[in-house]
Amino acid sequence: MTSARRVRGLLGAMLAGAVMAAPAMLAGAPAATAQQPASNVLRVGLLQGIDSLNPFLASLQSSTEIGRLMYDFLTSYKVEDNSPGEALAKEWTTAPDKLTWTFTIRDNAKWSDDAPITAKDVAYTYNLMLRDPIAATANGNFVANFESVTASADGKQVVIKTKTPQATMLALDVPIVPEHVWSKVSNLKDFTNETQPVVSSGPFTLLEHKPEQHVKLKANKNYWRGAPKIDELHFLYFKNSDAAVQALRKGEVDLVNRLTAAQYQSLQSEATVTLNKANGRRFSELVLNPGAATKAGAPIGDGHPALKDIRVRQAIAKAIDPKALVDRVLQGFGQVGGGFLPPVYADFHLTPEAAGAKFDPGAANTALDAAGYAKGANNIRVGPDGKALTFRLYARNDRPNDITGAEFIKSWLADIGVGVELQTISSNQMNERTTGGQYDIAFSGWGTNPDPDFILGLHTCDQRPGPDGKGATTDAYLCDKTYDELYKAQLSEFDRAKRGELVKRMQKVAVDQAASIVLYYENALEAYRSDKFAAFALQPSTGGVIREQNGMWGYYSATPAGAATGDSGSGSNTGLIIGIVVAVLVLGGGAVLLVTRRRKAGADDRE
Amino acid sequence: MSDLLAPTEQPGPTAQETRRSTGTARYLLGKLGGALLSVFFVAVLGFLLFRVIPGDPVQTMTRGRPVGAEQIAQLRAEFGLDRPLWMQFLDYLGGLFQGELGTSYTYRRPVGELILERLGPTVLLVGTGTLIAVVIGLSLGIRSAWRHGSRFDQFSTGISLTLWSVPTFWLGLILMMATGNAFPSRGMLDPSTPDEFFPQVLDIAHHMVLPCLTFVAVVFAQYQLVMRSALLEEMGADYLNTARAKGLTDDAVRRKHAVPNAMLPTVTLVFLRLGLVVQGAVTVETVFSWPGLGLLLYDGLSVPDLPLLQGVFTVLAGTVVAMNVAADLLYRVLDPRVRAS
Repeated sequence: MTSARRVRGLLGAMLAGAVMAAPAMLAGAPAATAQQPASNVLRVGLLQGIDSLNPFLASLQSSTEIGRLMYDFLTSYKVEDNSPGEALAKEWTTAPDKLTWTFTIRDNAKWSDDAPITAKDVAYTYNLMLRDPIAATANGNFVANFESVTASADGKQVVIKTKTPQATMLALDVPIVPEHVWSKVSNLKDFTNETQPVVSSGPFTLLEHKPEQHVKLKANKNYWRGAPKIDELHFLYFKNSDAAVQALRKGEVDLVNRLTAAQYQSLQSEATVTLNKANGRRFSELVLNPGAATKAGAPIGDGHPALKDIRVRQAIAKAIDPKALVDRVLQGFGQVGGGFLPPVYADFHLTPEAAGAKFDPGAANTALDAAGYAKGANNIRVGPDGKALTFRLYARNDRPNDITGAEFIKSWLADIGVGVELQTISSNQMNERTTGGQYDIAFSGWGTNPDPDFILGLHTCDQRPGPDGKGATTDAYLCDKTYDELYKAQLSEFDRAKRGELVKRMQKVAVDQAASIVLYYENALEAYRSDKFAAFALQPSTGGVIREQNGMWGYYSATPAGAATGDSGSGSNTGLIIGIVVAVLVLGGGAVLLVTRRRKAGADDRE
Repeated sequence: MSDLLAPTEQPGPTAQETRRSTGTARYLLGKLGGALLSVFFVAVLGFLLFRVIPGDPVQTMTRGRPVGAEQIAQLRAEFGLDRPLWMQFLDYLGGLFQGELGTSYTYRRPVGELILERLGPTVLLVGTGTLIAVVIGLSLGIRSAWRHGSRFDQFSTGISLTLWSVPTFWLGLILMMATGNAFPSRGMLDPSTPDEFFPQVLDIAHHMVLPCLTFVAVVFAQYQLVMRSALLEEMGADYLNTARAKGLTDDAVRRKHAVPNAMLPTVTLVFLRLGLVVQGAVTVETVFSWPGLGLLLYDGLSVPDLPLLQGVFTVLAGTVVAMNVAADLLYRVLDPRVRAS
């Protein structure tokens, strides 16, 4: 009994202490209300974690996006049209053999610690990637073809020699780091690049990174294009996109992207929110296993033999209606597919019309009849080997569009006498099966860069796996001689218009081969608080994105709206105060209850 | 709750103290040995289990990026993924014995460091949530049982069962929308909060309201139901009639006699739940982007980041085992019959 009383006494004292402390906490509240940032802070909802802020290791999109804000590159992608433009290099020349490139570095660029940016920093960055495999982790492919990189003694010019002509020399996505800081880094692998002050060259410098919570950047007053109009840029981490949309409504964040169609539509009625329906940089496709094989041509996987027949693949392509998928599955938020490069890269985009694939189930039926695939039991066609044309169709279970789209595809293929066994699997399983050639038909898709080299290279014969059946980067298993020849030709074509033509011809070859059917390009859906910020710069200027650009223009252009009042914070402060008052009431109530019960207990004991 | 422990206070030392202490030591050693062995088997199982997840982690991580086949091969070599499974297993075991949980593929940082970083937020959220849920659950459970069949009993049991069956994800979002601007929707700290003690504490408390509320709303039911049924079982016992016959009030009979005896199953449940902190927090942490272990586990699964998964799994299993041992030991303190046996 005594000890029970002691415990109660202690509890009572604690509660009383808490009640006493509450006014002090309330006194602290004004300080907490300062948490509402000034109107010249842009708060952005980030839907992906940060893997690393070390530009040599960062590979997640969110991290490279922040890297573009912190570091300048040798050249940039213009805001108007994604074409190459100047950055640290103000001009460049190419030798007639196309193997030697000379870049002249601008004079007015400075690191955030006031040190000048010179050609030596550029040479140091590229050479580090050439000699240290760790430094090559994220962007090594851009320098893989480099023979040597040297800086002139006066630090004004950098000369890069390549082993073979490389058309991507103005698209080197490599952040340039300061030699005077990074040369002192002994262990690159463990270097997080977060210790203050982080010396960088872009429009923003790092202020703070709290993993899975936020990244704070501040404007770099030294930036050679001029300091940004906002003081700080905060990236707030969201694991749940619905919460991000809710936060935009509440005013907790000012800019969000990667919205679903439903979220986008739900924001249409918000007066203080402006929406941006941008052309996306991804294409979604259906890959048809054309007979997966290793680089040496040895067959691998377990694809249906009928899909080796180009006539079957082409008939399937004709039986699918991408327009219906855009309308019904994407609810109109997308564009019909043509080639691998989406319309956002106009110079390289193969339009659906030029691709020539047309929804025509009648023609598909006729072609299959002519090819000898007669209809058998249950209206399913049968191949010459007696095997029914029933294909496994893999859809990713975390992509609702795959699952909805698969139902349409199943019904269209039934119309041409092709059976489908739909299986939904995880993205990891999909990756494993497609890169191993263990599929018939599967949903896939890739993000694309302003330079088409990577996405085109994916479909060359070289991207097939080695003798052990492993190491493939392709999933479509296209291997076509003409395609490969065109690939080599475009890589050494330095005239952008001529290269564009070659790139389009390549895509037409791929469309005709029908190893993959480009279904659509999803829109990138974004929203921002127009009561707080004026319109952002889009890349490209027409139909472009604010976020996840090939540059920093969206954030760099952020301008606080004249009428910005920052009043959304009041709700938050009210909540804080309400929360504290409730806590005080609960604690106070608890204390009163305890005292009452103690008295009552005393009476009981007396009984 | 503490006063309920009072009746189990022990008498002073007896003549049999030495024999008993030897028995206690043996009991403790047995429990700890068993616990260590369990953790070891769990660690081995963890290694094998995560190897079943399909996909080459390096290929998954690099998909969509301009990375050549040589670079992929280099990354696989760096992570030791090109070595035979049994060698990877030996590396893993060797590291484990030295207290090393390996390096995360995605974060490129020691897994132990990442886990420690996220442990604090999870313990804060789940610890506070559990405490509140236990207090609410026990109070309602005791009251429901004591007045079983009453309108209060029906109502509170109905409410708790309903909340128990509501999907946590959905409940979290509804609360987020229903509370308007009152509480933040994400994280545990606003980047603009000054780096001073009180503002930081207040800001964390402010951010914790919704996730904590969601957690409590979903889990308090089990404490209520277990407490209710345990107390109902006690209520027909003769010793309560004896207590009443002694002239004690109904309230005193309940608090001093019935409730302490009905506490055992609840205490076990509380400890077992504490061992499952991470599991319980995955959904809540995902809805509210709370930077805890649950989110780390969620992120690890999507790659799959094998060292990270193994590390979190081992820590999680270790916590469950430790809490089981703690529950066993506490049982011994609470129930003299266990001690005697």
